[in-house]
Amino acid sequence: MGVKQRSAEPERRRRYVTTRRLDRIFLELHKIYLFHVRFFKEVFVPPYEIKEVIRQCYEVGVRSLPLISLTGFIIGIVFTNQSRPSLSEFGAASWLPSLVSIAIVRALAPLVTAIIAAGRVGSNIGAELGSMRVTEQIDAMEVSATNPFNFLVVTRVLATTFMVPALSIYTVLVGLLGAYLNVHQNELTSFTTYFTQVFEAISFLDIFSSIIKTFIFGFTIGMVGCYKGYYSSKGTEGVGKAANSSVVTAMFLVFIEELLALQVINLFRAM
Amino acid sequence: MSLKKTNPNINRENKVIEIRGLKKAFDDFEVLKGVNLDLFQGENLVVLGRSGTGKSVLIKIIAGLLSPDEGMVKVLGKEVDKLNSKELDKLRLKVGFSFQNSALYDSMTVYENLEFPLIRHAKSMTRAERDQAIHFVLDAVGLLQTANQMPSELSGGQRKRIGIARTLILKPEIMLYDEPTAGLDPITCIEINSLINDVQERFNTSAIIITHDLTCARSVGDRMVMLLDGQFKREGTFEEVFSSDDERVKMFYDYNFVN
Repeated sequence: MGVKQRSAEPERRRRYVTTRRLDRIFLELHKIYLFHVRFFKEVFVPPYEIKEVIRQCYEVGVRSLPLISLTGFIIGIVFTNQSRPSLSEFGAASWLPSLVSIAIVRALAPLVTAIIAAGRVGSNIGAELGSMRVTEQIDAMEVSATNPFNFLVVTRVLATTFMVPALSIYTVLVGLLGAYLNVHQNELTSFTTYFTQVFEAISFLDIFSSIIKTFIFGFTIGMVGCYKGYYSSKGTEGVGKAANSSVVTAMFLVFIEELLALQVINLFRAM
Repeated sequence: MSLKKTNPNINRENKVIEIRGLKKAFDDFEVLKGVNLDLFQGENLVVLGRSGTGKSVLIKIIAGLLSPDEGMVKVLGKEVDKLNSKELDKLRLKVGFSFQNSALYDSMTVYENLEFPLIRHAKSMTRAERDQAIHFVLDAVGLLQTANQMPSELSGGQRKRIGIARTLILKPEIMLYDEPTAGLDPITCIEINSLINDVQERFNTSAIIITHDLTCARSVGDRMVMLLDGQFKREGTFEEVFSSDDERVKMFYDYNFVN
């Protein structure tokens, strides 16, 4: 089913088109491209590993909740606390709920969630698949006529793609709650007033773009972790490298994507 | 050291695996340099050779995990590298592969490891039938009591047995064993050897056993071949293979039995 996957074999007596290093970069890019093509081919083809997708969603989503809760809550408090002096200078401390909601919904929650997911989930996927590759578990699936790509990669990428947006929405709520406690303590703002200001400040575009962004972040984190783990080699050293480079690459890509998304969203905002 | 009895069930008219002129290289290192091999129905064929001589590469090519550079590999009448994915998967259901390190799925229990291929390839089976099949193979390898254990809780020998059980559950016609006794103590080696013979008798399989353990080779092999310089240089019974004057063959024998 799908693309026939043979274990990574070194190309024999390769003739280098350019320099050896440049050639490797192009080959790697081609491999990444094929990995993506394979994902989009296999995601729509049965068998659908629903049970495994649910299990992975639990691993990615539910297991990340404690860390996300703590981080989101603290960010809400700290951001509010740090913003207050600047706003107070202009007598605009009452604008704090608006400022906090815009910052959290548009940028902080998606980015913080993505970074935590890259660190916790991305490294986990990279290490897990890497160790499965090294201990021949992926080969064992292949020889028992089970498509390892479908079972291991598709399920994990789907889980991260759908759970990172869910976690981001949760981070928004927890962050706003943390900010509310700080605002309430200092400005004695009521719960209703605070949340009325919060929702007045944000538009549909803010929420929509934030959710779309987190889908992209989740997809990136899943794909990077799976790619690094699936093609890891060189024994236990390779497993460590897969876990490490999953986190570094995913974080780097998330920031690049955030930058690009910002430009696109600003275009929409200007329309 | 027990010598295997002559197996009357070998059908020399029927080749289940046929390899001709097989070549495989990694970068500039040529591992297999034109290998020819036949495996007959019901036969246990032992492939001997030093580490790094391409024994595992050979069975990975047979299982379709690696592709050959040149030559023909026919398994149950089908050329492996010419099959599409679906055809290859169909063929793989008839070929069991027991890995050197067992390759058990370490996030699943023993029961789930055995259930994994059944859920995907025996969809018509009810839960009760699956349960029965799992208990049958666990009984066949003598490890009924380990069903709910995790692979990390098993000993090396037990992991090997469960690995074999997992391949048996799909009732393969051919078994490929990669170093079945590597890293095991002598008593467990004897148990694994007797399990390999038991599998041949009870499940009527043909098998290729990759090993450099001569005790294992002698106990389970109906025929042996020795891989030297990327080709099969010696072939026959244990005595025929080791009656050679070739220093490398003598060294191999001496290391196993004289030292």
